[in-house]
Amino acid sequence: MNVLVYLVPAALMLGLIGLAAFLWSLCRGQYDDMEGAALRVLADDDLDAMK
Amino acid sequence: MAETLDLSMFVTRDGDTAHIDLAVEGVACAACIRKIESGLKRLPGVVDARLNFTNRRLAVDWRDDEIGAGDVVRALEVIGYRAHPFEPKRAETEEAQHARWLMKCLAVAGFAAMNIMLLSVSVWSGSIDMGQETRDFFHWLSALIALPAAAYAGQPFFQSAWRAIRSRQLNMDVPISLGVLLALGMSLVETASHAEHAYFDSAVMLLFFLLCGRYLDHAMRRKTRAIAGNLAALKAETAHRFEDGGEIVQVAAAAVRPGDRLLVRPGERVPADGVVLSGASEIDDSLVTGETERRGVAAGAVIYAGSMNFSGALTLRVTAAGTGTLIDDVERLLEKAAAAKSRYVRLADRAARFYAPMVHATAALTALGWIAAGASLHDSIITAIAVLIITCPCALALAIPAVQVAASGALFRAGVILNGGDVIERLAEADTIIFDKTGTLTLPEPRVDNAGDIDPELLETAARLALSSRHPLAAALAREARQRAPIEGAVEAPGEGVRAVIDGEEARLGSLAFCGGLRPASQGSDKTATSLIAFSHAGRSTVFAIRQRLRPDAREVVASLASLGFDLRILSGDRPSAVAPIAAALGIVEWRSGLKPAEKIAAIEQLQAAGRRVLMVGDGLNDAPALAAAHVSVSPISAADITQAQADAVFLGERLAPVLAAVRIARRARRLMRQNLWLAVAYNVAAVPIAIAGFATPLVAAVAMSGSSILVTLNALRVRMRVGQDPTDIAVPAARAMPTARPA
Repeated sequence: MNVLVYLVPAALMLGLIGLAAFLWSLCRGQYDDMEGAALRVLADDDLDAMK
Repeated sequence: MAETLDLSMFVTRDGDTAHIDLAVEGVACAACIRKIESGLKRLPGVVDARLNFTNRRLAVDWRDDEIGAGDVVRALEVIGYRAHPFEPKRAETEEAQHARWLMKCLAVAGFAAMNIMLLSVSVWSGSIDMGQETRDFFHWLSALIALPAAAYAGQPFFQSAWRAIRSRQLNMDVPISLGVLLALGMSLVETASHAEHAYFDSAVMLLFFLLCGRYLDHAMRRKTRAIAGNLAALKAETAHRFEDGGEIVQVAAAAVRPGDRLLVRPGERVPADGVVLSGASEIDDSLVTGETERRGVAAGAVIYAGSMNFSGALTLRVTAAGTGTLIDDVERLLEKAAAAKSRYVRLADRAARFYAPMVHATAALTALGWIAAGASLHDSIITAIAVLIITCPCALALAIPAVQVAASGALFRAGVILNGGDVIERLAEADTIIFDKTGTLTLPEPRVDNAGDIDPELLETAARLALSSRHPLAAALAREARQRAPIEGAVEAPGEGVRAVIDGEEARLGSLAFCGGLRPASQGSDKTATSLIAFSHAGRSTVFAIRQRLRPDAREVVASLASLGFDLRILSGDRPSAVAPIAAALGIVEWRSGLKPAEKIAAIEQLQAAGRRVLMVGDGLNDAPALAAAHVSVSPISAADITQAQADAVFLGERLAPVLAAVRIARRARRLMRQNLWLAVAYNVAAVPIAIAGFATPLVAAVAMSGSSILVTLNALRVRMRVGQDPTDIAVPAARAMPTARPA
């Protein structure tokens, strides 16, 4: 069971990274406009830039 | 227009960049986002433009030295969108912060619940061949995650429970907080003494479920509030203010200060209360007093915000609110009504007052019973705490918010916006409905009454010609136009009418004399409330009768409400001769007219003293105190601002159907709330004996808790069935609810 000594902290760290990423995106206001985000992906405004 | 638009009060500055928030009308699809954003970014000086599609708000940043806020609004108008400056209300900003905080708590609780459950499941499934050291290690690890997470994510409940206890009351958060704290404390003690069971997972999962309910509840309320805020911004009118130099500047009505001198043109609404300095006109006070007959005003007369100026331009000196006699009266009555209104105890808190003592007594009896049966003190207390954990009102606390979220969503789709969380419960309790007449049973704006008798082609020509006039009567006629293109070359003769050349012949629209002394063919019974406007073209002529008309579905809605068993009444500030035909047409027997605000309150209080629960539906400034005094109140979106602030709910559009939908959905929601409460009680009746017997292992607690939560949530979703089948887009009712008399 010695494997737990580093597996458990590793699992917790991964979870914490996920939590931190979510809180960061929340504070950046990325969830303020859920409907708009769904529609913006349909816009073709990046096509000109690719040419 | 030569005058400038001054939006400076809405602009915030940071260094040399300026920022403004605008509520945008007519945003309907994905293409609008790009059209607006790229359209604005093309303007020199604009740094950033971002449209929030969810709440239809646009944030624009620009370099101050290159353009102004007025240019941004004008640029939007060129692209085809009307934008209105929007001042975020403090309450809304606070709510947004609160929502973000709840979301953070939810994220922390979710993270903790998942990780602890991972550890707990391995303990449960591996308890036979898992060594004691490993189990203790997992328990300590769970404690390490659970304690900080609960300290952070439990704050909404701990704070609310503490507030309730300090004011010597019980709410649902008291047993919740107690359950969570005891579960954590007991688990810690058990872990320290190498025991088999720890309840860290139950405590954190409970917080996670409850935070879900609370966040959803909050998000729904915030969404409806944002839309209400947008509607207020769209409605916000502008005022024409005389500057010191004598030029006229167009400013937002909110920027008007006492002492300012304003110009009110014919066809505009009076933007602020004040005294007439010069000019003479007729004023339609129907939004203020409910009176449909127009009143002549001259220098020295007091006029109120919301009145419609009919015939002549007025110069107005703005007076502070509270000096006008009527406003004074209304504000004093409002204070009294608000103070007298007994604080409504929510269904959930009523349930908690009954539930919490019972649960705590059961736990205490369990401990005493086990001690009497010869168990050790330690085991008895552990069992008692297990009872508290299993009865921790997870389902009970979700039972009502879940229904409220589903019901306010259904109400929103039916065109009703709620102002508070307990409105649904109070709406469901109403048994008497009192209507105001003007603007509530009737449409807020006058309409052509005899449109059906007139040749459609002639009506269309007249209506298109009416588009060129600013007169309110012409505006009523213009609503009949199917093609919204005004006729070119129309000339307005102030005080008389408009004329234009159509198909080579002169067409005239205006007073009877202006159109060659026409005589009306027939006139309605109530002559004072009917206005006539004449039209002549190519030898043909007609007279339109324009008057207040019933909302298109008023008859059916009133009949349906009566069949639901409501006692329906009309309390109007208008004359008896205007109220009687309306009451007769709708089949409402109980009606009173010519009432002052104080008399409306007295009538409502009399009914409430007799045990009635009154739903008041009204829109006028004179209705505001009555709305505050009633058990629950609804007003149309066209209502005066003070009135809307008092109403518990606001309905959109020109139909009365939302009122019917509101009581139907509310009654249905209350039924489901009760069902959910009973489901939660049934769950407890089933689970408590298991806990009392001492078999409530953490696994049993976890399964029971999530099972009951899911059950009540699913039951709550039934509110959405059958009602609210009409998914209208947010923008559509909003646009329809716009007041038509806008300054051009």
